Amino acid sequence: MLSAVRKAHPTRSKICRSAKTLIMAMLSVVAAAFFLFAALPTGADTLEGRLVACLACHGAKGQSEIPTVPSLGGQPALYLTIQLLMFREKLRAVEPMTQMLQGVKDDELRGMAAYLAKLPPPEPPGDTVDPARMERARALIEQQRCNFCHQRDYSGGDNVPRLAGQREDYLVKALQEYKNNTRRGYDAAMADVLYLISDEQILDLAYFLARLH
Amino acid sequence: MIKRSSPLNGFLFAGTLTVLVALPALAQQAGDKPAGPPAPADASKPLPSLQPSPTTVPGRPDIPNAEVVKQLRNVAPLPFGASPDKLPVPQLKLPKGFKIEVYASGIPNARSLRLGDKGTVFVSNRVLDKVYAIIDKNGKRETKVIASGLDRPNGLAFHKGTLYIAEGTKISKLDNIEDNLENPPKPTVIYGDFLNHQSHGWKFMALGPDNKLYVNVGSPCNICEPPATNGQIRRINLDGSGAEVVARGVRNSVGFDWHPVTKELYFTDNGRDWLSEDLPEDELNRVTKIGQHFGFPYCHQGTFTDRELGWGRSCDEFEKPVALLGPHSAALGMRFYTGKMFPSQYQNAIFIARHGSWNRTKKIGGDVIVVKLNKDGSVKSWEPFLTGFLHNNEYSGRPVDVQVMKDGSLLVSDDHAGAVYRVSYGSAKMATR
Repeated sequence: MLSAVRKAHPTRSKICRSAKTLIMAMLSVVAAAFFLFAALPTGADTLEGRLVACLACHGAKGQSEIPTVPSLGGQPALYLTIQLLMFREKLRAVEPMTQMLQGVKDDELRGMAAYLAKLPPPEPPGDTVDPARMERARALIEQQRCNFCHQRDYSGGDNVPRLAGQREDYLVKALQEYKNNTRRGYDAAMADVLYLISDEQILDLAYFLARLH
Repeated sequence: MIKRSSPLNGFLFAGTLTVLVALPALAQQAGDKPAGPPAPADASKPLPSLQPSPTTVPGRPDIPNAEVVKQLRNVAPLPFGASPDKLPVPQLKLPKGFKIEVYASGIPNARSLRLGDKGTVFVSNRVLDKVYAIIDKNGKRETKVIASGLDRPNGLAFHKGTLYIAEGTKISKLDNIEDNLENPPKPTVIYGDFLNHQSHGWKFMALGPDNKLYVNVGSPCNICEPPATNGQIRRINLDGSGAEVVARGVRNSVGFDWHPVTKELYFTDNGRDWLSEDLPEDELNRVTKIGQHFGFPYCHQGTFTDRELGWGRSCDEFEKPVALLGPHSAALGMRFYTGKMFPSQYQNAIFIARHGSWNRTKKIGGDVIVVKLNKDGSVKSWEPFLTGFLHNNEYSGRPVDVQVMKDGSLLVSDDHAGAVYRVSYGSAKMATR
């Protein structure tokens, strides 16, 4: 999908193929999550059971292999706790997350977050990096002072997520949603920053961050 | 105007340096339409790496020291209410003769307070979605959720049995709420003429002496030319009709109340971020005429023009604050004290909750201050009243709003620990737990 967007003149069929692949992938994620959740009637209400469902999509080793599903390895525990709470309270309405977290107690949210935070941080893709694009994004990211909250190495901290090595397609999605007010932040920090960032720049930022170690 | 310190000289020096460094960026920003979307950059042409771009977040300086930057991160409200034994009550300090106790705990993100006619205390949320009622049943206190699934329901007002709730983009009401606490109705929307923005999108609301709802409509940014619909305090009739701008040039007010004698509106306003450790200070303002302009974004704290948007402007064009309340201290909820419990020096004084700074390496605020006025309504002095939430540069609680109770005690909400405290004076009985 992204490569299609980035190319100067993608053919219509290419875009359609990519879009179809993405939709199929997303549908299978949702189906898999529901299946797993339903298939674990006894396990799902224990911490271990819940974590099995988490890791099925987000990756057992902290690295997600599924389009637009974020990697959770190395994320700060407080950030994860708050996101889980926001799903449960429907402040972020994203299926299957909202559904899966109904009725989960505060302590369990903390427990899930603590486990996930200890998974290893994700590895960047091993593709050939476009140095001009990286430099363009680096200049932008320094101007925007993203490091103020996300740290110099983009490892995050407290309520601020790790960005280094995150899936590029997820980063694009999250930034676009912050920009168009469809993803609510726990506070308004991201909406404030993205007020002045263009859609093209979002693609560059995601490209850069996904390739950081 | 009351000032506690004058760090202006240091600012002028630092400001000159910053302006010189930022000059190319300013030149490019001139003529930008801040409210509209920027033109998309041409991604095929890489930007030179050291060239400032017109998309830089306005006002964010370059701070080369990563350790300093770390101390400037926003402080996230804790997502769960602390248990009663973890609340900071033993460390809290008050003037002689006053005492403090926990009124209610386990209310995550406890924000605005409002008192019902029958003694119910309503508590709102900002980052969460609920409105709570604290109910006193024969001395036994109980907290319950009366509305949920709301969008940043920060503002609360109460009039003749009806609770009004200001959310991010609308105002709704719950009629006859105190008789329906066990089975509250769904809120009915009465007004919705607000833009949807996250930055300063939550609202403070209060009922005026004219029985109108007053609501702040914040500026959707740290520093920008706000759209004409924003950066103001607005009032509407109780049925949502007759909207009118009461004050302009307001960055983001999260507290106001009316002088018990003169009936003039006083409001707190939060100054911009990222200008300096020490400037600007948050303001206490007084509206003497409907529609007055209080300076944002051109003039800060009534004394200096903004380094980006203030060119060609003068602070003399705008109303000046009646008191300066500390840089980045986040002066929020305020009430005039009209109770009978506290000593006479507190009569008609203003209690203001200062949430506490984040945009400052050495934090200040995180307390309740008391502002004493002269007969003519000008400010005589202000001093800390309730302190002790800030230790080793970390908050154990952050006051958001205050509420004078019928018995003259003062409630204080804390959105960090998720609690409401009660301050009382003298031999007044402690409220039953």
